[in-house]
Amino acid sequence: MASKRYAAVGRDCVACGCCVKVCPKGAISVWRGVIARVDSELCIGCGKCERECPAGVITFVQRGSAE
Amino acid sequence: MKNTAKHWYDYLWIVTPIYLGLGFFNILFAWLGMIFFCLPLLISIFGGGKLYCNRYCDRGQFLGLLGGRLRLSANRPTPRWMRSRAFRYGFLIFFFVMFFQMLWTTYLVGSSARNLGEFVKLFWMFKVPWHWAYGGGAAPWVAQFAFGFYSIMLTSTLIGLIVMALFKPRSWCVFCPMGTMTQLICRLRAGKPEESGCAACSGCKGGCGNA
Repeated sequence: MASKRYAAVGRDCVACGCCVKVCPKGAISVWRGVIARVDSELCIGCGKCERECPAGVITFVQRGSAE
Repeated sequence: MKNTAKHWYDYLWIVTPIYLGLGFFNILFAWLGMIFFCLPLLISIFGGGKLYCNRYCDRGQFLGLLGGRLRLSANRPTPRWMRSRAFRYGFLIFFFVMFFQMLWTTYLVGSSARNLGEFVKLFWMFKVPWHWAYGGGAAPWVAQFAFGFYSIMLTSTLIGLIVMALFKPRSWCVFCPMGTMTQLICRLRAGKPEESGCAACSGCKGGCGNA
């Protein structure tokens, strides 16, 4: 069953890669050194990346709300 | 799935205490810091993106270790002003100005217009005697550059430690001048997300910041 929410990255991401390291699902990668991107299919919305992110750019999107 | 296997590069945090430690014995070791300075730029210039920040940065790992596993971080959100673009780019400009001032001092010592200053300048203000770490033998400008460069490395590590303790373990990464520079290079190489309309960040479904 898909999680209720998934992570989304804001534009002020510094691409440090902290979130990549803590993601238990390997759902995050850094796109061309510019910004982290989340594979919303893999994301389980656990929030580890949000707690780790020093730039505070990770928010959550409720599945089904804007899809 | 998350790859939990440890790699050789996961132990690079050890480089930070070794580098700073060597500077206590012989300041000329400070020249090794040029590796940390050039490598991230070269990696991003030649298409490796932010692989240095993401994988090889010893300081990032060191702060992550102290603030994460050793729980020395308060784990509070980095203040909004500290993660603003204005502060990031402002700090980069400040860093550049101080770096070129250090190069100018090196030039003055090299041209005998100034004597070698055997001290480390902390936070760009406080002169700390460091004469024990230099026994002569090198050209004056070589030693002067080492003192200046070590000052930058020690100061930035201390700032990193302070923000690690007060905020998130890797709050330093938000305004790290090397990180800002490499991200700028990557932005130039990748093309502006604003122009292509999509940075593939998944943020769009929550209201795209690039739209």
